[in-house]
Amino acid sequence: MNHTIADVAVPTARSKITLQYKRVVSEASFRKILYLAGLSLLILLVAIFFSLVVASLPALRQFGFSFLVGKTWDPVRGEFGALAFLVGTLMSSFMALLIAMVFSLPISIFLGEYFRQGNVSTFMKSVIELLAGIPSVIYGFWGLFLLVPLVRALEVKLGVAPQGVGIFTSSLVLAVMIIPYASSIGTEVISLVPSDLKEAALSLGATRFEVIRKVILPYASSGIFAGILLALGRALGETMAVTMVIGNSNFLPKSIFSPGNTMASVIANEFTEATGSLYLASLIELALVLFIVTVIINVLGKLIIHKMSARK
Amino acid sequence: MKGMAEISIHRRIWADKLFKTLIIVLSLCSLVPMFLILFMITKNGISVINWEFLTQLPKPVGETGGGIANAIMGTLWLIVLAFLFSVPLGIFAGIFLSEYRGGKLAYLTRLSIEILQGIPSIVIGIIAYVWVVMPMGSFSALSGGVALGIMMLPVIVMATEETLKLVPDSLREASLALGVSYPRTIMKVILPAGLSGIISGILLGVARVAGETAPLLFTAFGSPFMNQNILKPINSLPLTIFNYATSPYPDWHTLAWGASFVLIAFVLGLNLITKWVTKKWTVQF
Repeated sequence: MNHTIADVAVPTARSKITLQYKRVVSEASFRKILYLAGLSLLILLVAIFFSLVVASLPALRQFGFSFLVGKTWDPVRGEFGALAFLVGTLMSSFMALLIAMVFSLPISIFLGEYFRQGNVSTFMKSVIELLAGIPSVIYGFWGLFLLVPLVRALEVKLGVAPQGVGIFTSSLVLAVMIIPYASSIGTEVISLVPSDLKEAALSLGATRFEVIRKVILPYASSGIFAGILLALGRALGETMAVTMVIGNSNFLPKSIFSPGNTMASVIANEFTEATGSLYLASLIELALVLFIVTVIINVLGKLIIHKMSARK
Repeated sequence: MKGMAEISIHRRIWADKLFKTLIIVLSLCSLVPMFLILFMITKNGISVINWEFLTQLPKPVGETGGGIANAIMGTLWLIVLAFLFSVPLGIFAGIFLSEYRGGKLAYLTRLSIEILQGIPSIVIGIIAYVWVVMPMGSFSALSGGVALGIMMLPVIVMATEETLKLVPDSLREASLALGVSYPRTIMKVILPAGLSGIISGILLGVARVAGETAPLLFTAFGSPFMNQNILKPINSLPLTIFNYATSPYPDWHTLAWGASFVLIAFVLGLNLITKWVTKKWTVQF
């Protein structure tokens, strides 16, 4: 019954060794799981790119570069040129960007300089957050029932064909949608401007306006540019709201009021009805173009912002 | 000379005031659309909402009444699927990013996340179509869940990384010094310390995808029935709004306003809960 020291010590030592062995193994496998999780996101991105390329191969082979400059999009005759959609996308996005800048830059200055704290700032920030949270289909619905009649009335006054829907209407909706995004980036970069620079200018007798114009805006200019770029990336790929108010015409738009289509909206409209592999592949190639453009814009924009926050 | 200087000072002060007024006016102007949207949806939507609207299936054109029960259930199903696809992977990837901050792979992963976040939702829809719908031969709730899961992923990874970065090293060191293994330290000490941030990240992710329509157009596709099979097409609130809003029937427009009200209430409610969670529940270090 009496245990010697050796009797007790041997099994404990052995179990300790196995315990430690188990721990090392589990730690190694745990680290492996973490690595895999990180790696899988990279793989996901690469897989998305290659899937798009592979799925659009029939169109890539058939049309090559002429896909981007072809003017006719005729599914019945199997002719697919995306120029009308490229133009539609660029027109609506850039107009939206212009309209959005008129409002987002003041908001950025408002929140980044004049009202950095306090009730006014909190209220404004929550309203902007709210705006950013509204789903795009609801923006489209709202645009369809409020903006389309308004634009139609405007078109009657201007003497152009009163359709209501069209590129101009879609850029109005887009502008409302990207204002929150552009202004939150703008606020961030404007509040990054070091206060000693501002104080130096103020102590030399500059007014607030002069400080903003001569110190803050030049300092924040690259960040503001990045914000505009990232907002452009958003606008280019926005689908639902645009689809609902752009008029869905596959011809080259003649003016800012004509109906048109963007790359995203034509995919949304025609994808489920696409018959034939070439038709489907052409639509997927549009997605590929959209993917590449937004990747470039996002990487560029983020790089500029990182550089700017690192400068501090 | 003195007069000139005074005029120019007056002019500068005047310009300063004018500029400030302009900034305030333009900033306030940009709030108008939001109030218009909320006003129109509340005005047109709230009268539609009743028990029948929330619990019945849609009726065919011409018959009045009918509800959006299938869309509400569908949206919940899609959220559950997206949650399953994105949350486990997202949390582990977030842990990876905060644990291996300086590494090369971490840099590439972070870059991938930022790029993923910028991909237009319609492109994600096409990817889910190519990956799930084409091989399986039919539109399905599953493919919609995959699409929404991909969209949720970056939000969760970023939220996890950001919160875990804030957990002080002393906690980890104390745990390791007590002889707790590394995996247990992460799972039982670091992760719980950052729980509120992770949960608010998940809620934000859900709020982001709950309103998504574009990735569902050719994945979940929509269905007028109450569907419990994830391999069959399923309806969702945003899809219902899109289909009803673009239809030519005024009856359906009314239904779309009601559905918009429900969706907005859901999304904004989630945002409020997220704020509350972050405020009440954050561990102070």
